[in-house]
Amino acid sequence: MASSKAFNATKGERAFDVVNYIILGLVLVITLYPFLNVLAISLNDSTDTVRGGIYIWPREFTWENYKTIFGYTSLIQGFKISILRTVIGTLLGLLSSSMLAFTLSRPDFRSRKFVSVFLAMTMYFSGGMVPVYILMRDLHLLGTFSVYILPGMVSAFNVFVIRSFIDGLPYALQESAKLDGANDFVIYYKIILPLCKPVLATIALFLAVGQWNSWFDTYLYNGNKASLTTLQYELMKILDSTQQGSAMTNANDLANQMANVSPESIKMAITIVVTLPILIVYPFLQKYFVGGMTLGAVKA
Amino acid sequence: METLTANMSSANESVSSVPTEQSKNKKSGSDRFRKHSNLPGNESANGLPPKKRGGVLRSIAQQKYLYLMSLPFVIWLFVFNYLPLWGWTMAFQNYKPAKSFSEQKWVGFDNFVKLFHDDQFYLVLRNTLAMSVLGLIFGFIVPIVFAILLNELRGMAFKRVTQTVSYLPHFVSWVVVAGIISNLLSIDGVINQILVHLHIISEPIQFMAKGNWFWGIVTASDVWKETGWNAIIYLAAITGIDKELYEASRVDGAGRFRQIWNITLPGIRSTIMVLFIMSIGHLLSIGFEKQMLLGNSLVTDYSQVLDLYALNYGIKIAHFSYGTAISMFNSVISIILLFTVNGLFKKFAKESIM
Repeated sequence: MASSKAFNATKGERAFDVVNYIILGLVLVITLYPFLNVLAISLNDSTDTVRGGIYIWPREFTWENYKTIFGYTSLIQGFKISILRTVIGTLLGLLSSSMLAFTLSRPDFRSRKFVSVFLAMTMYFSGGMVPVYILMRDLHLLGTFSVYILPGMVSAFNVFVIRSFIDGLPYALQESAKLDGANDFVIYYKIILPLCKPVLATIALFLAVGQWNSWFDTYLYNGNKASLTTLQYELMKILDSTQQGSAMTNANDLANQMANVSPESIKMAITIVVTLPILIVYPFLQKYFVGGMTLGAVKA
Repeated sequence: METLTANMSSANESVSSVPTEQSKNKKSGSDRFRKHSNLPGNESANGLPPKKRGGVLRSIAQQKYLYLMSLPFVIWLFVFNYLPLWGWTMAFQNYKPAKSFSEQKWVGFDNFVKLFHDDQFYLVLRNTLAMSVLGLIFGFIVPIVFAILLNELRGMAFKRVTQTVSYLPHFVSWVVVAGIISNLLSIDGVINQILVHLHIISEPIQFMAKGNWFWGIVTASDVWKETGWNAIIYLAAITGIDKELYEASRVDGAGRFRQIWNITLPGIRSTIMVLFIMSIGHLLSIGFEKQMLLGNSLVTDYSQVLDLYALNYGIKIAHFSYGTAISMFNSVISIILLFTVNGLFKKFAKESIM
C-alpha cells in the first residue's frame, strides 16, 4: 500500500518534471527565436528576402545590408550621440546617486529624514508630460544635449538601492576613518565608493541601458535637430516610415537611399546594430544586476 | 536630536583631541580639517560647553560635506520633479506661451469641463483601462507562474540558462521590440506562415492593421519583454522560504502541486501583495511607448492612450492647458488609486508599502 503510493508519487513527479521542461523549453525558444530571425533576415540578400521564408538561417548570405547602413550619415551621427549620452549620463548618474545615497546612509546626518522623504515622494507622482515639456522649454533645454542627461540624473530607486548596500557595510570603517581625520567627502570617495563596486556596476547597467534605449526625449525635445539625433530615434523613424507604407514622409534621404534595396533586410540590420552593444555587455554584467534588483526589492 | 548631535560632536572632538603617538601626521591633518569646518563652534574646542543657539548652525557646519553632497540634488529634485507640479496651474488657465504667469487668463475648470465632454476622452480612457487591466492580469500572473516553474526545475544548468535568457528582452528597447513584433506579425511573417502551415487559418491575417488585435498584441509583447525580469523578485522571495518545509511536506506525501499551493505561494504572499499594490497605483500610467510604436493610423481607435492623447493635443498642436488637464487627471487618479488600495490592504491584509 505504502509502496504503491510512493510509486504513484514518483510517477507524478516525473510527469511534472517532463511537462515543466517542455514549458520552459518553449519559453526559451519563444524568447530567443525572434532575435535569431532578425539576425538571419539582416544577413540575407535584400532582394531575396522579399520572397519570404527566412526562419533561422539566411538563404543567400551577404554583408551588403550592413555595408549599406554604415553609409547613412544620420545613423553615424545618431551612433555618436547615443554613445556620448550613454557614457556621460551613466557617469553623472552614478556620481550623483552614490553621493546622495551616502548622505542618506549616515545615521548622524541631520536632514536625513527630510531628504529621504523628499526623494521617496518622487516615486509616487509625476507632473505629467505637458508640464515637464513646458519646464524644459522654460529652462531652455529644448534642442540641447543636456536634455538627455539632466532630467533623469537622480532616480529615487537607484539611490535607495545604493543606500541599502552602504547600510550593509560596517559603519566602523567610517568611524575609524573619521578618527584618522578624514572628512565626509574623503570617506565617501576613498572608502565608500571602492567598496560599492558591485552595486555601482548594477546601477551603471540600469543607467546605461536606459540612456542607450531612450528615444522619446529625442522625439519630443530634439526631433528637428539632426545634430542631436540618437540611434534609437533613427531606427524608430525608419521602422515607422516603412510600416506606414508611406516611406517618403519621414526620412527622405533614407528613403531615397533605400529605393533599390529591400527595406526589411535593411531594417533588421539596423535593429541588430542598435541591439548589439547590449547583447555584448549583457553576459558580463548579468551576474551583477540580479543582486541589485533583489537588494532594491527587499528594501523598497 | 539637537542635544544628541551636540553630544556626539563633542565626543568626537574629545576623542580626536587625545594625542595618539602613532598618527602624528594624520592628527595634524585632522586639526586642520577641524579648524576649517568648525568655525562657529570654536568655543567648545576650548573646552567650553556649546551655546544653545549655535547648536543647529554648528552641526550644519560640522556636516557641511554631507550638506554639500546632498543639497544640490535636493534642489535638482525640486526643479525636475516638484516644479512640474506648479505647471498644473496651466490646467486652470488659458495658457499662452508668450505671456508671463501674471498675464495668463484664468478659466477655472473650463478645460476639465471640455475634457469630460469630449467623446474621444472616453475612448482613450477605455483603451488605457483595457490595456492596463490586461497588463495587470497577465503581467502579474505570468511572472509568478514562471518563477514557480523555474524554481521546480531539477537541472541547474538548464535553470540558469533559461533564467539568463529570460531577462534579455528587458534590456532591449521598445523601438527594437516593436520592429521585431511587426516583422513577426507581418503578412509574410513567421507567425502567419506557421498558422497557415498548421491550417489554423486559410490565409494570412494582417495583425497590425486590425484594431481588435491591438490590445492583445500590446499585452503579449509586454509579457514577452518583461516576464523574466519581473520574475527575479519572486525567485528571490522563493529562495527565502525555509527548505525544511518542503522536506517535511514530502515526508507527509505532498505532491509538487500541493507543495506549490501550500508552501511556495503562501511563502511569497507578502511580495505578491506589495507588488500588486504598486501595479494598481500605476494602473493609469501604463506608459505610451508600446502603444505609440506598435500603433499606426489604422488602429488609432484602439491604440490611443491618455499619455498619447496629452501628447497629440497638448504638445503637437500646442493646446498646453488642455494637455495639462489630461496629464493632471491621469496623475491625480493614479495617486488616489495608490492610496486607496494601500489603505484597503493595510486594513484587511496587514500589508502596505507606505
